[in-house]
Amino acid sequence: MEVLLGITGKDFTIVAASKAAMRGATILKASDDKTRELNSHSLMAFSGEAGDTVQFAEFIQANIQLYSMRNSMELSPSATASFVRGELARALRSRRPYTVNLLLGGYDKIADKPTLYWIDYLASSAPVPYAAHGYAQYYCLSLLDKHHHPDIDFERGMKILRMCTEELKRRLPIDFKGVTVKVITKDGIREVEYEDDVKVVVP
Amino acid sequence: MASGYDRALSVFSPDGHVFQVEYAQEAVKRGTCAVGVKGQDVVVLGCEKRSAMKLQDTRITPSKICLVDNHVALAFAGLNADARILVDKARLEAQSHRLTVEDPVSIEYITKHVAGVQQRYTQSGGVRPFGISTLIVGFDPNDETPRLYLTEPSGIYSAWKANAIGRSAKTVREFLERNHKNDMDREETIKLTVKSLLEVVQTGAKNIEIAIMAPGKSLEMLPVEDIEKYVENINTEKQEEAASRRQGRTPGTGTAAILTRTSGGASQPGA
Repeated sequence: MEVLLGITGKDFTIVAASKAAMRGATILKASDDKTRELNSHSLMAFSGEAGDTVQFAEFIQANIQLYSMRNSMELSPSATASFVRGELARALRSRRPYTVNLLLGGYDKIADKPTLYWIDYLASSAPVPYAAHGYAQYYCLSLLDKHHHPDIDFERGMKILRMCTEELKRRLPIDFKGVTVKVITKDGIREVEYEDDVKVVVP
Repeated sequence: MASGYDRALSVFSPDGHVFQVEYAQEAVKRGTCAVGVKGQDVVVLGCEKRSAMKLQDTRITPSKICLVDNHVALAFAGLNADARILVDKARLEAQSHRLTVEDPVSIEYITKHVAGVQQRYTQSGGVRPFGISTLIVGFDPNDETPRLYLTEPSGIYSAWKANAIGRSAKTVREFLERNHKNDMDREETIKLTVKSLLEVVQTGAKNIEIAIMAPGKSLEMLPVEDIEKYVENINTEKQEEAASRRQGRTPGTGTAAILTRTSGGASQPGA
């Protein structure tokens, strides 16, 4: 019941991840951060098998950072996505694969475009305008299909995200404790305050 | 040897020397000069840059000052190609350290690692020592104290207030010993670095590289124009010093001559 959401707009990518750390039916923590900054302009959100997720994300983070140090330039989001997919594909065919689903939000400074990659534990990777992982897909993709447009501004993007999280609160049987929201623009990555205590009416 | 060649290159000579290591130290002495100077809250690296050939693209020719991690810079003297390998090992260790303990490396830790690698290459078979000395500078995480370490081909490492490696390192080191003060500010530190390099670099600003590190900030490479300004200031200062010395030597007869010179020379007000 982990939630990962991603929305791109005309000059930004929003990435949202649920704050609940769960084990079985128990919530261990309500302020978990399921994201890692890979470099100044790409952010990875992850869900899946506990342990695998952070291990994999930090392994990727270290390698992306190492690339920056070795080459005095940062890996572009598309190259990052290829690398991540490659590592997942390699792990998939090993004795113990990583069970990790990812959203890779970024801003391509050369093409001057926001980017979003949907990657799952079977090492499928796809560049997408908006994305969700897990049960969130069932509730949010239809909303995003209806309301998303490539040219939306940031305010509109946050409105659509609000619609998504409200729908999730209404329909998901387990409280996912709200979401942390991070935005990637040409200026870098920043966290956005996101109110979660609004009552949602359920029919 | 029945099976082939004797692979043990680094063996003791009867009087206790390891010649390969000493040859490596000789290679360092032939490399271009590098200087490191600590100030109050800043540490500066200076390098002598070999003059580029006419058709060389200086814009993308690698520098002798490189980043190991965001808070650690390294300058070397000796064989450039050896340095590339060593720097790469250091970068890998810096990232690996972050991954395993979730903290950036301390300057001493990475220095010890670099020196450790250098030592390993003096004691195992089939390899030759790294022909480089390095100056490693930076700031430990959550700390404002500047750090400056030196590593040598033998694997020795040591901490310094200021030091030089490479060609004419002795001259520069002696200059630093005479002129280094504790608690220098940023400007003073940069000036001392440039001045010490000018002791051995005749061609001036275009053959000097300067990098500055301050706590919590990334490495700053000083633009050529700025280095030129420092060089100019130092040169005028030197001339004035020479002029005043001349004045002091011949107090009786020299006054008239000096007076005309000062009134004519426009360089004086710049001091």
